[in-house]
Amino acid sequence: MHFKLFYQFTKIGLFTIGGGYAVIPLIEKEIVSQGWLDRTEFYELLAITESLPGVFATNIAALVGYKICGVRGGLLAALGTILAPFFIIILLAVFFGKIQDNPYVVKIFKALRPVVVGLIAAPCYTAFKASKMTFKTLLIPIIALVLMFFFHLSPIWIIVLGCFGGIGYHKFKTARKNLSKD
Amino acid sequence: MIFYKLFWVFTKIGFFGFGGGYAMLSLIQEEVVDRNSWMTKQEFTDLVAVSQLTPGPIGINTATYAGYSALIHAGYTHPIAMLGAAMTTIALCLPSFAMISVISYFFLKFRSNRYFSSAMDGVRPISIALIALAALSLTNRDNFIDYMSPILFITAIVCSVRFKVHPILILLGAALVGLVIY
Repeated sequence: MHFKLFYQFTKIGLFTIGGGYAVIPLIEKEIVSQGWLDRTEFYELLAITESLPGVFATNIAALVGYKICGVRGGLLAALGTILAPFFIIILLAVFFGKIQDNPYVVKIFKALRPVVVGLIAAPCYTAFKASKMTFKTLLIPIIALVLMFFFHLSPIWIIVLGCFGGIGYHKFKTARKNLSKD
Repeated sequence: MIFYKLFWVFTKIGFFGFGGGYAMLSLIQEEVVDRNSWMTKQEFTDLVAVSQLTPGPIGINTATYAGYSALIHAGYTHPIAMLGAAMTTIALCLPSFAMISVISYFFLKFRSNRYFSSAMDGVRPISIALIALAALSLTNRDNFIDYMSPILFITAIVCSVRFKVHPILILLGAALVGLVIY
């Protein structure tokens, strides 16, 4: 059972190409359809994963593993998702140093670099749409960006500020609601 | 010393890395490129390109590569660097794994916690800023070398957002373009 869980998640890790969300259909196919986990339970776990820090794919794997066979299951599932990518990157790191100066590789990377920056920028738009923001609330990320980019404030502080800002706003809203009731 | 530093830095990134792989990139970049100079900006961009083309979550890939190359730069041998890479990768997953152990214990109570969910509402708009920061700080002379670069950049965004082309296809296309034009 443990071995099979590890094996399944190693397989899932191997096929996670392009972003953590790619694991969702894979887990559905390999774990949920096999009857290891209930579909509604899986969606509950997904909802929790959305609000956890760290690597999405590893987090959902750990949660699913936990649910199926406890702490050991969680550990094995998380390690499973790491295993294949780890060795592939190590291989590449060893290899890349040697081919870096190859003229063809140089040509390819000259074109790849601006494209990668574009691919990083693109999810801004998707995240903007997904978070159902208005142009007024768009001020929050803009201010955050200015603070980080021009004033070199660490992203960590911005995240902490965001947490407290969210709590503060929530308190302010409930306080105002209570006030209008009286 | 560098082992301790790598471990601590990646645990920190794992703890504060809200909002998915792309949002985490700006945290990784700040620590790995700006603060500790374990990698140059260009190396970091190349790494993101490579991570997109290989399986595995981008956070795991960058942690593995950063750990490995930091130790190689510091003069360690390949096997030691590999061990270090394993350590950084685990360090990245550690905080959320610890949280998952706690969450699985209390399970859904946690999700409906008012403070927690309002803090997450505050973090969500911030993650857009984090993604934008990663893209913005990679927009430099190393990655944008001539008039073709902005064209490639915009084409990548349009293909990704408007036509939903898979990132791997975009990168493969860019590689071909690079071979032809450079």
